[in-house]
Amino acid sequence: MEFETVIGLEVHAQMLTDTKIFCGCSTKFGGAPNSHTCPVCLGMPGVLPVLNKKVVEFAMKMALATNCEINKSCEFARKNYFYPDLPKGYQISQYAYPLAEHGHILLDVNGEQTKIGITRIHMEEDAGKLMHDEHNPSSYVDLNRTGVPLIEIVSEPDMRSSEEAADYLKRLHEILVYLEICDGNMEEGSFRCDANVSIRPKGQKEFGTRAELKNMNSFRNVQRALEYEIKRQQYLVENGGTVIQETRLWDDAQGATNSMRSKEEAHDYRYFPDPDLVPILVDETWVEKIRKELPELPLTKRERFIKDYQIPAYDAGVLTADKALANYYEEVVKLCAKPKAASNWVMGDVLKFLNEEKRDIRQCPITAKSLADMIRLIEEGTISGKMAKEIVEDMYKTGKSPQTIIEEKGLVQITDEGELIKTITSIIEANPGQLADYRGGKEKLFGFFVGQAMKATKGKANPQLVNELLKKMLA
Amino acid sequence: MELHQLTIHELQEKIKSGDVSATQITQSVFSRIDTVEERVHAYIRLLKEEAMAAAAKADESIKKGDIKPLTGIPIALKDIVCTKGITTTCGSHILHNFVPPYNATAVEKLRAAGAVFVGKTNMDEFAMGSSTETSYFGPTRNPWDLERIPGGSSGGSAAAVAAEECIASIGSDTGGSIRQPAALCGIVGMKPTYGRVSRFGLIAFASSLDQIGPFTKDVEDCAIMMNVLAGYDPKESTSVSAEVPDYRQFAGRDIKGWKIGIPKEYFIEGIDTEVNAAIKKAIAVIEQSGGQCVEISLPHTQYCLAVYYIIAPAEACSNLARYDGVRYGLRATDVRDLLDMYKKTRMQGFGAEVKRRIMIGTYALSAGYYDAYYKKASQVRALIKRDFEEAFKNCDVILTPTTPTPAFKIGEKTDDPLQMYLSDIFTISTNLAGIPGISVPCGFTSGGLPIGMQFLASHFEEGKLIQIASAYEKNAKIEKRRPKL
Ligand SMILES: [Zn+2]
Repeated sequence: MEFETVIGLEVHAQMLTDTKIFCGCSTKFGGAPNSHTCPVCLGMPGVLPVLNKKVVEFAMKMALATNCEINKSCEFARKNYFYPDLPKGYQISQYAYPLAEHGHILLDVNGEQTKIGITRIHMEEDAGKLMHDEHNPSSYVDLNRTGVPLIEIVSEPDMRSSEEAADYLKRLHEILVYLEICDGNMEEGSFRCDANVSIRPKGQKEFGTRAELKNMNSFRNVQRALEYEIKRQQYLVENGGTVIQETRLWDDAQGATNSMRSKEEAHDYRYFPDPDLVPILVDETWVEKIRKELPELPLTKRERFIKDYQIPAYDAGVLTADKALANYYEEVVKLCAKPKAASNWVMGDVLKFLNEEKRDIRQCPITAKSLADMIRLIEEGTISGKMAKEIVEDMYKTGKSPQTIIEEKGLVQITDEGELIKTITSIIEANPGQLADYRGGKEKLFGFFVGQAMKATKGKANPQLVNELLKKMLA
Repeated sequence: MELHQLTIHELQEKIKSGDVSATQITQSVFSRIDTVEERVHAYIRLLKEEAMAAAAKADESIKKGDIKPLTGIPIALKDIVCTKGITTTCGSHILHNFVPPYNATAVEKLRAAGAVFVGKTNMDEFAMGSSTETSYFGPTRNPWDLERIPGGSSGGSAAAVAAEECIASIGSDTGGSIRQPAALCGIVGMKPTYGRVSRFGLIAFASSLDQIGPFTKDVEDCAIMMNVLAGYDPKESTSVSAEVPDYRQFAGRDIKGWKIGIPKEYFIEGIDTEVNAAIKKAIAVIEQSGGQCVEISLPHTQYCLAVYYIIAPAEACSNLARYDGVRYGLRATDVRDLLDMYKKTRMQGFGAEVKRRIMIGTYALSAGYYDAYYKKASQVRALIKRDFEEAFKNCDVILTPTTPTPAFKIGEKTDDPLQMYLSDIFTISTNLAGIPGISVPCGFTSGGLPIGMQFLASHFEEGKLIQIASAYEKNAKIEKRRPKL
């Protein structure tokens, strides 16, 4: 039987506000346990939440960037459950009336666009963290993270493969980071994903029973977990079993998903509107103000790069995956007016160097101006492409400009025809056998002469000029 | 006359004229406490040392001519408002050792106005009760008859004023917890409009109903206290930034031409005959004072109790979830695991009435019941609110009895929660609608128990309540009695 996979994703993204969602405490990661707390986020008796308006604006940005409708009125609700990392015994979230609904993003897979629906985006507060002592039957509670603002982005069950799900996640991540509302750090938990996955026989309209996957802390793990889970469900069904609705945890080391005990998920959260907070009213003026603040989004930028710079879709994709990288590239292009060459150098050497050291473009020692200068020097014939390969490496290591490096190493290209003719003449004279073979039809030997010429000039000869001269002189 | 017998405004004059010092007043109050507190048990905690120090400081200010509205006035605080560095129990075992690191906004305001804090008063556990019998620290007794309850949940604050163990006090009112004990103790008590007085630092029972308000010996004092307490607080999202008038200027104004609505649904069977007679008499006084009493209808009155006993417990079960033994308050010892710790802490920490309401609230919010209970109750609540909006189109204020009966005996209703709940039948609608109400004394039963009458007004019309209550107080000439203690 052929199966079709159905995937929906729930993404939690931490908002990059300075302060928490309902109090004035810092949202900084790290810090001594419980140092970023106050009576409000500690859930002490009698304290009250006051909404951080920035969180609403950040969430609105995401809503607009994902084509959602922003509700004119939304409200916070309490999600009630007991856990030591939840000081109030309830999480302030949104339930019946979320901030935004009915959005979508476009995935661009091999030039084909797929629309993935976004069911809703809502705001909520994060919980704290528990630390367990292996040698001691006690646990420690760190409430620094309690009250850090999150948005939850819930997709429609529109994805049909683990690749598509991974792609959706990457696009969502990219948008959040572009908007500068989330740092996107998956290891620190700023970007978390849960997945709902089910299978159904191809052609069937009804959804199969879904499993909820949790505990996947990288793009790769999301994809691995989904792949494992799809196989597991298929195997189950093919062997006469049935999928049950449950929460399953991804185990990275084991490379498998395991069922959480059903007792732990038998929660009744008893949602009801939080009486300590008033409904949030969002008028058109506010929406427009936020819309005006939106930066150019990745997809738009990609399309513009393809059109304006005439670079391949692949290049545009790589260059726009990071806003800072895109800015760097555009700066280089602006200074050298060679978009394709700029793209090759940025995507090739520059990214290679950075990746080797796990640095990002903000930490790149080669300034956009230096790279542009180097590209101009190639175009002008001052240096060859081959020389440039060496130079750019030095630029990365030393942060020096290409001009400085060329000067220091005496790397200027030989473009003097007379000098080259002299060199070539002596090569021809020294290799009469090869000359005879070449003239006898062994055209491959042309390369031999080029190599000899470059060797004799220590690679400084202008290769184009060498080619031209050799063609004439060997004939 | 001893100083503890006087009102705020009387004492203020004496302070201003230099006749008495804050220290003398405070001493007088504490000597009264020494005499009667053992029998009344109005307080959970007395703050004598702090109070004497505050009085001394007040005297320094007075010498410099810096006299604020409450400078040198001994005030008692219900043990539901957080006091920085001072144990705040909410009448519960679970918070018996809780020391807040912050002051409630109301406490800050009173302090800034020069008040001297006498102590933290007794209350029904988490304000759940109408008799102060559910307090973990034992019941408070009615100063007028020590066999009887003072009302609740702010019974300690009401009894403290009635027994002259402070000059004024604050309480909180979720379904009548200020007005009902004020009526049963023969003093003035006001529940302000929802959003008028900050709830920050008020330990939550039912967040959409709770409101802090004053207990005073007369209406003018009520106005003085409201001048201090009212106002917008950025620490509370439901606080309202409406302008705060000088409430004192309403005291003494007449009510000529006012229409006073008498809701027919409030004169039901089961009202004590003496209460009924006292209200009839009060209506006559109002008419003699120039007011015109008209019958009005609040058609959804019969649903108030049911709506209240869904919404209040629902909010309460969530508000009280934080008492889990993890961070503060009681934590059960000898526990096996986390669940066991939760269970034992809450089993040992909460009393029967609190547990009852947590269970009712949890049930009302449960999946499958939410629509039938909480949602339906919220819808009916909107209708109750509309009843009042309609009513206030045809009258300036509404007059009702505060309670159906005078103070009942300690233990009389503890085994019958429903009977207990009925004692708030006339006060609950006010909280559901969010409007202000005031209870003023309107006589005594033949047995010498105080009777209270309630006035209600539209949102933020506390001034009207002060105006009619003070007009009534002036014209009714209720005989001044003091409880025999
Ligand atoms: Zn905080």
